[in-house]
Amino acid sequence: MSDELSKPFPKSAMTENERYELGRETRIQVVSFAFMIMLTIISFISVATETIPSGFVVPFILLLGTVQFALQLFYFMHLKDKDHGWPNAFFATGIVVTIPALIALILLLGETKW
Amino acid sequence: MATATATANKKKSVVWDWLTTVDHKKLAILYLVAGTLFFVKAGLMALFIRIQLMVPENDFMTGQVFNELITMHGTIMLFLAVTPLIFGFMNFVIPLQIGARDVAFPFINALGFWIFFFGGLLLSMSWFFGGAPDAGWTAYVPLSTREYAGSGMDFYALGLQVSGFGTLISAINFIVTIINMRAPGMTMMRMPLFCWTGLVASILIVFAFTPLAAGLALLMLDRLFMGQFFTPDMGGNSILWAHIFWIFGHPEVYILVLPAFGIISEVVPAFSHKRLFGYTAMVFATIVIAFLSFMVWVHHMFTIGIGPITNSVFALATMTIAVPTGIKIFNWLFTMWGGKLVFNTAMLCAASFVPTFVLGGITGVMLSMAPVDYLYHDTYFVVAHFHYIIIGGIVFGLLAGLYYWYPKMFGHKLNETLGKIMFWLLYIGFHLTFFIQHILGLIGMPRRVYTYLGGQGWDTMNLVSSVGAFVMGAAIVVLVLNIVYSAFKSERITVSDPWNARTLEWATHTPIPEYNFAQTPQVRSLDPWFYEKVHGEGKMQPAEPLQDIHMPNGSILPFLMSLGLFIWGFGMIMINMDNPIVPPGVVIAIGFIMTFGTMVLHSKEDHGYHIPLEEVKKIEKEVG
Repeated sequence: MSDELSKPFPKSAMTENERYELGRETRIQVVSFAFMIMLTIISFISVATETIPSGFVVPFILLLGTVQFALQLFYFMHLKDKDHGWPNAFFATGIVVTIPALIALILLLGETKW
Repeated sequence: MATATATANKKKSVVWDWLTTVDHKKLAILYLVAGTLFFVKAGLMALFIRIQLMVPENDFMTGQVFNELITMHGTIMLFLAVTPLIFGFMNFVIPLQIGARDVAFPFINALGFWIFFFGGLLLSMSWFFGGAPDAGWTAYVPLSTREYAGSGMDFYALGLQVSGFGTLISAINFIVTIINMRAPGMTMMRMPLFCWTGLVASILIVFAFTPLAAGLALLMLDRLFMGQFFTPDMGGNSILWAHIFWIFGHPEVYILVLPAFGIISEVVPAFSHKRLFGYTAMVFATIVIAFLSFMVWVHHMFTIGIGPITNSVFALATMTIAVPTGIKIFNWLFTMWGGKLVFNTAMLCAASFVPTFVLGGITGVMLSMAPVDYLYHDTYFVVAHFHYIIIGGIVFGLLAGLYYWYPKMFGHKLNETLGKIMFWLLYIGFHLTFFIQHILGLIGMPRRVYTYLGGQGWDTMNLVSSVGAFVMGAAIVVLVLNIVYSAFKSERITVSDPWNARTLEWATHTPIPEYNFAQTPQVRSLDPWFYEKVHGEGKMQPAEPLQDIHMPNGSILPFLMSLGLFIWGFGMIMINMDNPIVPPGVVIAIGFIMTFGTMVLHSKEDHGYHIPLEEVKKIEKEVG
């Protein structure tokens, strides 16, 4: 029984509907990938051209970064899909745990005594 | 099929079998043996420390040796003794309690053990190459930088890095196992509390060991490759290490103590013959403790001088941990209240855990008050506090688990008389050693000093403390005697449930067949085994027909892969050695090729083998 696991399948076991879903998923991946590349280019340009005031660039790039982070997680890493409750829970936990730690480190390592 | 079953029937020699095993029950025993060895080693170091401190101005050892001993005692106890002992119990019990045949990734399980083991070995090698690490288990910079610490610190950074990988992958394995491998009907809220605490501790490991790995990598870069992350003269920041270490270090305490809570939550209901009081509240409290454990790390650094607002925030956050912990304490008390109590050794350990742990918790709340912490900081008060948590909490929990699960693991109980002698020796010795250290700390004895002047009112108390340490040592000797004695003299157990317990692991045969459950059980309630005994037919209802059982093949690759990491790590350490016989690059290359070569070998497909139906029926008849 276990030896047969290594044999390739003669034809796909997916139904017509599943194949359609897979094709749609591939399109979504490609579109979100293109979108993310665009976001990266925009953030690069906004710094490199030096036309935008620096007081605006930092929050702007942080905003783009947040959007890209969300796209990455939900589209590339499938968090938006059904039956992804556990991965969602773990990512949420990770974010909840790391953000206070990062903020604290940024604040606490400086010269100012809080 | 023919070739697959052939691998199963081939007789293996005993040593080869243990080196290649991927069976969670055998790996559990390997973890227990390795953990015990490291525990005894670090325990002996503790005795040496107490001999040195027995009388004022003792010259039993030099300050350097003393520093090496306290560093290794702390490091070994936390990373290489208690962690594997807990992993041993988790490995053995969790798949049984959730009704699974094995963990989710048996190969990873074996790899996790061997990496941990070789990491520990790498750290221990330091004794033979210019002395052990000597900067304390916290390895604070600048004490641990290349300027002030010898090559021992390289062994610390690399050894813990390697063993940390093992711990990390084992934890991921446990998370996947608990989420994906539960038997039908075993919902999350029907899981025994030991599984819950095991799951939460594994999650903590994933989130806490990663900062440690990062910190150790930075330390290694600083020490071996002239990095400057922690060197203020070159733009580094030495406080950063303390932050990174304690972002890991505080959750680490809960990684160790939560599974001990889980063991207590199994043993107390079993010997009170009542269900656990407030199951939901216990689960909730576990999760809240885990969450809070990441929000309190600065309480280890109150005196570093971060500032009053920070100290207040972290002091308050620390105090809130007392709330969920208090919920747990009361739930154990209410579980015992009105129960049909049986005070055997397991229950004695579990019951005495409660008041002892409360003492450690109370001093914890005392320490969390930032202003008074300036008084307590770096005194023996802190030493007393965390030993009350670690011995009074974790060690008593582990001992309770050992006496409780021993018949399932080895097919016979441990001797009760010797067990009670061990318990009372340990209990008295422990309080003798550590209660008095509270007072020593309050009257001003600093920790990590290798000797002290007489006539300060410390002499008698230090003597008492050392005597207590020897009583504890005697208790461990009695435990070892008990294990040997029981192996020869104790009555063999053939019933599946010698304690009349409640959870699923007691539904398996003793000894447990390789596949645990011939048919995956159908779980119908919390405490499923108790439910079937009272409301059902006295055995678990099957959730599947009796059929061929798919099992994983054993493999020597985890051992070789870990050996590769060991060699690689050792090569890295050799960079700092004065005149290595072999060039370090060669050793690094050998280790690198070995590690990744075995990974390539592992990518060959291996689907395991099947135990045929007739074989299963035969085994079931023999053990049942």
